[in-house]
Amino acid sequence: MKGNEAIAYGAIRCGCDGYFGYPITPQSEIMETLMEQQPWESTGMVVLQAESETASINMLYGGAATGKRVMTSSSSPGISLMCEGLSYLAGAELPCLVVDVMRGGPGLGTIQPSQADYFQCVKGGGHGDYRLIVLAPASVQEMYDFVDKAFTLAFKYRIPAMILADGVIGQMMEKVELGPVKPRRSEAEIEAECGSWATTGKKPDRERNIITSLALEAPVQEKFNMKLIEKHRKIEENEVLYSTYRTEDAEHLIIAYGSMSRIAETVIDMAREQGIKAGLLRPITLFPFPKKEIEAFAQRVKTMLAVELSAGQMVEDVRLAVNGKIPVHFYGRYGGMVPSPDQILEEFKKNIN
Amino acid sequence: MEREDLIKKENLVYSKTPLLTDTTMHYCPGCTHGVVHKMIAEVIEDMGIQEKTIGISPVGCAVFAYNYIDIDWQQAAHGRAPALATAVKRLNPYKYVFTYQGDGDLASIGTAEVIHACNRGENIVIIFINNAIYGMTGGQMAPTTLLGQITSTTPYGRRSDLNGFPLKMTEIVAKLDGTCYVTRQSAHTPQAVRKCKKAIRKAFENSMLGKGTSFVEIVSTCNSGWKLTPVKANKWMEENMFPFYPLGDVKDR
Amino acid sequence: MKEEIIIAGFGGQGVLSMGKILAYSGIMQDKEVTWMPSYGPEMRGGTANVTVIISDSKISSPVLARFDTAIILNQQSMDKFEQAVKPGGLLIYDPNGITVHPSRKDITICTIDAAEESALLGNTKTYNMVVLGAFLKMKPVISMENIVLGLRKSIPERSHHLIGINVQAIETGINNVKIINKV
Repeated sequence: MKGNEAIAYGAIRCGCDGYFGYPITPQSEIMETLMEQQPWESTGMVVLQAESETASINMLYGGAATGKRVMTSSSSPGISLMCEGLSYLAGAELPCLVVDVMRGGPGLGTIQPSQADYFQCVKGGGHGDYRLIVLAPASVQEMYDFVDKAFTLAFKYRIPAMILADGVIGQMMEKVELGPVKPRRSEAEIEAECGSWATTGKKPDRERNIITSLALEAPVQEKFNMKLIEKHRKIEENEVLYSTYRTEDAEHLIIAYGSMSRIAETVIDMAREQGIKAGLLRPITLFPFPKKEIEAFAQRVKTMLAVELSAGQMVEDVRLAVNGKIPVHFYGRYGGMVPSPDQILEEFKKNIN
Repeated sequence: MEREDLIKKENLVYSKTPLLTDTTMHYCPGCTHGVVHKMIAEVIEDMGIQEKTIGISPVGCAVFAYNYIDIDWQQAAHGRAPALATAVKRLNPYKYVFTYQGDGDLASIGTAEVIHACNRGENIVIIFINNAIYGMTGGQMAPTTLLGQITSTTPYGRRSDLNGFPLKMTEIVAKLDGTCYVTRQSAHTPQAVRKCKKAIRKAFENSMLGKGTSFVEIVSTCNSGWKLTPVKANKWMEENMFPFYPLGDVKDR
Repeated sequence: MKEEIIIAGFGGQGVLSMGKILAYSGIMQDKEVTWMPSYGPEMRGGTANVTVIISDSKISSPVLARFDTAIILNQQSMDKFEQAVKPGGLLIYDPNGITVHPSRKDITICTIDAAEESALLGNTKTYNMVVLGAFLKMKPVISMENIVLGLRKSIPERSHHLIGINVQAIETGINNVKIINKV
């Protein structure tokens, strides 16, 4: 199945309660698949085509505030519209899932693949000091698997989670093994898990629950900011995910995420065939970013090359982790162009000599 | 007779509903919000639905509605309350869900959300406080500001050639197939309050009948924003607002 | 075994669905597959191409610059992809509408008159299956049995009565592919 379809099946099968979305290429198959599958007939999952991305993200706010597993999906321009809502969701500490199947920009840009929303999704996008947990799938299987994983993390920390994919992974078809079906949580289970904060209706034995991101008084707001910082620190400590490929004796490291890490794997094989000791590090979580792991590689390898479908965004985090110890080069394609392994190899070889 | 002799259970003729909290309201003296809050709290108490009701508060003066009515609340981004309410009701069909929005929130920045929630016929209640001005930000022009009305951004009076025309949201949503009950009320006299409370109750009851959206506009005063005393504000409302925003049911099906 | 294929032509020629059937059939044969389209806003008439990789082992890059096989169905794609075939590789094309024919000597080149053959079958929509047949004759990487399973999987159930004519078209392709240059 296609990457976008895998997201839809992942949602239905992991006990998602509601999807609220607005069509935009290259991710419309997500809502189309959901509408075709009619999960409201089987699991009771709500699927609603909203009037805009702005409405979609605010529907997530409403749904998440009642403790439900709710999600939306969009592509770059739509995510820009959702950024206000993301900030509110983070400010109200609401768990939910947002999928961004990135396309080239700025502006209306192109409908072809891109990774140019890294800054927007990993560093903020909306206003205020906040973070999202950001997972970057590199296969259709991961598109499926990460839906449940993202929800689990989102509820564990009460934070919005994002699957940051791109047009390559969204549109590509691969074999997918569907995991076991998880039923939607019952009202009692939601009450047990989220009853202390969710607006499920005020019970006589508790105070009313209020979901808001408003704190007019500065000391109150600062205290809340400190709480968020502590939450982010815990996530950085416990939830970093990354993978490596042929790094045991590597002298030169490529760092790439999502679809680019797939292409980079082939580059590593080609470089090895030519006698270059190359290896790959793929961040799977972009927040939290595998800083420590990259820092450790900076002691071992001679050069690093970050490869992205952007003008150089993740590379900034790589450079921060390396902290000037070794040269960190960058190769990017933009505007929807995707480099072939040959092109990356050529660039790679330029920088190691 | 001493004061203590009077305060006895058997002498009690009135008490506020326990659904109104003891928090001191931040609203200006003479403001309509407090009256409407009380009506909503009483309706929820009368219907015995405190455990099943979720309120969505707006941005504007009523942002702190959650401090005053003792139910679970969500506070929405500016204008987005109907989107929140849509999801809450769809995901929790056995809950009573209402939004509480002012004219800037509902009729300006949130026009898309309210139109589409009404057009989908979401089984929610929308309470629309129309006082023809932005209260919280300091008295700027609202979409419902009357022609000629002075605000801080129309210091010489609203002009149609510069600022367009006052927006009649209630008539607009009444035209949509998704709404089942659309009414315009006020809360400035005891009679008006009795009628208005009935309308609010009917709207809440509708939300379990699967008939569509109920929309209750309450023409209100903002004496601080209008720079009038509460009494004069009521008079100004009767003389200027009611002719343009006539009271009564616009739709009931 | 690893077969890296590019299929390129006009939208509406069935380029993407041919790739899809090939990919599904690969799964039926227990292979790893990727299907990666280059997509445009046009539904029909624009150029369309898809990269299909069928392999015994895990597939890294779904995006490639060189291919074992190029299946080419219009002149623009010929201009773009003739040089992308690996030395010793295979190029299959429909000569209908091709003005500049391929000239490489280091690859195997075949033609298939798919437009004509599908018209003879009485169903021009089977055009892409005639082409698929030509490919399977030259590179029998997937058994006919699994191709039929792949067809069943990728054709919506309401159209399953058309599987017969599609199989017939594949057989036509198998029987009518012409080798122009052999290495």
